[in-house]
Amino acid sequence: MSSLQQELKESIIEALNLEEFTAADIDNDDALFGDGLGLDSIDALELIVLLDKDYGIKLTDPEESKAIFQSVNVLAAYIEANRTK
Amino acid sequence: MRNGALFAEIDAANFEGFLKQLYVMLDCKYPKFFKMDTLSKLAFMGAELLLSEISENSSEHKRTALVFSNRSSSLETDRKHQEAISSHGEQYPSPAVFVYTLPNIGVGEVAIRHKLQTENAFFVFETFEPEFLQKYTVSLLNENKCDQVLCGWVEVDGNERHGFFYVVGRNGKWKHSAATIKNFFEHD
Repeated sequence: MSSLQQELKESIIEALNLEEFTAADIDNDDALFGDGLGLDSIDALELIVLLDKDYGIKLTDPEESKAIFQSVNVLAAYIEANRTK
Repeated sequence: MRNGALFAEIDAANFEGFLKQLYVMLDCKYPKFFKMDTLSKLAFMGAELLLSEISENSSEHKRTALVFSNRSSSLETDRKHQEAISSHGEQYPSPAVFVYTLPNIGVGEVAIRHKLQTENAFFVFETFEPEFLQKYTVSLLNENKCDQVLCGWVEVDGNERHGFFYVVGRNGKWKHSAATIKNFFEHD
């Protein structure tokens, strides 16, 4: 799981152009939205694309997305349970 | 160049690198900059260079209207998005690219950054139009829609990257005429 979390941090930084962050700056339990990384609604859409592209997971329910994108830990657990690639 | 004098000499591999170095040099501290397309980054940095000279709490700053123009609209980003949606392979359209497929988004980025709730407009012209811009700017000031106007030409397409910005106030240093604007533009 820890390698998936590291991979996710790197993917998030690259996909969302978080140039002022490194993977080491992101704690596994940091909030991705709000006061954490400060991501916005467009970032949420990019994360949905990332899940589809990299892990074959299609999210269609916005409420579900909100829960999944809480933190790197929560996201990694969801990917482990639902990935198709 | 700023106000006719060399402001900075930046050695960058490409225009994106140039804008990034300028961002760092001006200590902008605005991470959203890195998510913008090149057109919006250019508009953003032009506004940083000129509006940072005017106190953020002054009425001039708060009542700054934005009038931008260019020739190629958001064509470069439009093409990038088109490539993604027309490919049948592993390329996925990016929402972050799609949101910049309008030229006036850059004006919005400037307005958000400087908390401006003023008039703004983005015009697409075949060539730079000092006569039109002069008249439009004067009308905004005469109708008291603002206290000053930040005008910008932001052209980004292929090898063409050109940013030209000026502020028009009620008591400017130079006469605000089409000839003056044209002269500055041509000697930019």
